Amino acid sequence: MKQLQNWGRTWGPLLGIAVIAIALLVVAPAVLSPFRLNNLGKYVCWAIAGVGIGLAWGRGGMLVMGQGVFFGLGGYAMAMHLKLEAAMATGGPDAVPDFMVLYGDGTMPGWWAPFRSGAFTLAAIVMVPAVVAAVLGWAIFKRRVKGAYFAILTQALAVAFATLLVATIKQTGGFNGLNQFTVFFGYNLYDPTNKRMVYTIAATALVVCLVVVWQLYRSRFGELLVATRDAEERVRFLGHDPANVKLVAFVLAAVMVSVGGALFAPITGIISPSDVDATASILLIAGVALGGRALLLGPAVGALAVGFGRTTLSETFPDQWTYFLGLLFIVVVLFFPAGLGSVSSQVVGRLRTLLPTPRRTPIAAGTDALEVAP
Amino acid sequence: MDAFTTPLLAGTATGALLLIAALGLALTFGQMGVINMAHGEFLMAGAYTTYLTQQVVTDTDLSILVALPAAFLVAGALGLVLEVAIIQWMYRRPLDTLLVTVGVSLLLQQLAKDVFGPQGDPVHTPGWLDGHVDVLGYHWPYRQMFTILLAVAALATLGALLKYTSYGRRIRATVQNRDLAETMGVSTRTVDRVTFFVGSGLAGIGGVAVSLISGTNPNRGTTYIISAFLVVVAGGLGQLKGTVIAAFTVGVVTAFFTDWFSSSMAQVLTFALVVVFLQLRPQGLFTLRTRGLA
Repeated sequence: MKQLQNWGRTWGPLLGIAVIAIALLVVAPAVLSPFRLNNLGKYVCWAIAGVGIGLAWGRGGMLVMGQGVFFGLGGYAMAMHLKLEAAMATGGPDAVPDFMVLYGDGTMPGWWAPFRSGAFTLAAIVMVPAVVAAVLGWAIFKRRVKGAYFAILTQALAVAFATLLVATIKQTGGFNGLNQFTVFFGYNLYDPTNKRMVYTIAATALVVCLVVVWQLYRSRFGELLVATRDAEERVRFLGHDPANVKLVAFVLAAVMVSVGGALFAPITGIISPSDVDATASILLIAGVALGGRALLLGPAVGALAVGFGRTTLSETFPDQWTYFLGLLFIVVVLFFPAGLGSVSSQVVGRLRTLLPTPRRTPIAAGTDALEVAP
Repeated sequence: MDAFTTPLLAGTATGALLLIAALGLALTFGQMGVINMAHGEFLMAGAYTTYLTQQVVTDTDLSILVALPAAFLVAGALGLVLEVAIIQWMYRRPLDTLLVTVGVSLLLQQLAKDVFGPQGDPVHTPGWLDGHVDVLGYHWPYRQMFTILLAVAALATLGALLKYTSYGRRIRATVQNRDLAETMGVSTRTVDRVTFFVGSGLAGIGGVAVSLISGTNPNRGTTYIISAFLVVVAGGLGQLKGTVIAAFTVGVVTAFFTDWFSSSMAQVLTFALVVVFLQLRPQGLFTLRTRGLA
């Protein structure tokens, strides 16, 4: 019995990942129409970002209110490449994206040029957010800024980023963002087969992210991260530098969010400031909070559910969606701070305290030991 | 000279607006550790109260004077409801108050959209605010001067309330040491509620000023909330001095950046400056521990 429990604790999560993988990669393409599958692809992109947020927030205790920035860095890097590919497909190797001719004088800023290369773009999708997160995180964590301060700072960052994008219409398409992609690394995006391929890439990326995070949570680093979340001072006392621990999680999360954004662009066919601003960042967080931020599968499943709910509800009741989202935030945070995914363990925890033989009470996932900054 | 006075004076007015918005936040954040993201929507409620008052009291000269206390009460009541219904269950979970109030802010925004329409409504400027003084080449509108007066009045009232009344003493006691205040017979629960009421009410006053400058809009709150929070954080918690300095600095600096570049670049640069500043002084301008309590 004991052995079975241990076995379940080790391999159970992997079983969960396998179920998600089969559902997304085998079942969904078989039963869903191309339109619905593409919608699902969009939610999968949010779920990839959700896995990253779960890592930083659920396990690391860093509530990043501005993950939209990293979503945007990846999304815009990919969109710039697709835009150039579309231009080159019609206008030859020196062609310039259409909106630059429309709003500007038809000259391309120098920093766009490297994005003509697919390899450079892929590298940028990983490296740019990693570097930005590393610099930002290093500066913030070394100064021991945390908790609410950190959340507000990162939210300000998202607002600033979106404002910057809107203001630079000649360079980034401004309010309209980048859209009308025709080609994805040589594959025509109007062909349903290729659309399905992009979906498969996204779903695979989600599964890979889940496996990476699963392995991370099992590792010593995962334990150190949770320790840092719950008792940063003690971790410092034991000779570790909490700033480094948080930095690694923060950078890794940023890269995952960026990958989500990068796949979001070809799947939805558009990336605009409204996909990356403060409100979009809050939507990303909503799914994670709903599913259970400290769980392995909670963030991904929660993000999928919120994405699905957003589309379904706004199709039937366009205005009521916001009410629903607002209520969702209030109810989940008020009553299920650890997310719906841990409702069962919460109940079991309550029941266990009623049993005569005292047992080790399970540590409630995501209990806050987050202090307001000094 | 014009290039200097225009941003300076207009920026001071923006700073005054930020100050009114930030005063309430400084109170609730500083005292209770509550991060109220719906504070911006209380500001919006104040703006809509001004609009509604003008529908009832059609004499615009008078209606602003009616709107000020009305907005204070409306926003304060909203704050009180929020405190009693939600916030009181989640003290000592500061990050969760942030998330919960994000939900409240979404609800209130959508509610405003449904009730008043997504476009926003114009608010008429009373005759006695319609005009300007020439200050070194800048036509300084009375409205901006009124905003500054309002901010100074709010600050003075709040300062006097904190310093000279028994409630103020209880509030300061609770900020300094909640447990000790409790043992001395201060009902910190009541103090918290009063603080939340006053803090939210101040947002309503700010809403009146905002409505005079740019009318009402369901999204108005989000424009101010983040800047206001940055002001509070940069100013340091637990006292009003830092908030005042930070608010006017942010207002004036943003105005100069707007003058030199563009309004969106100004926003980006100001945020960047605050982030850099917090690198140098993560605790803000002044801190609680320096005995510099208001």
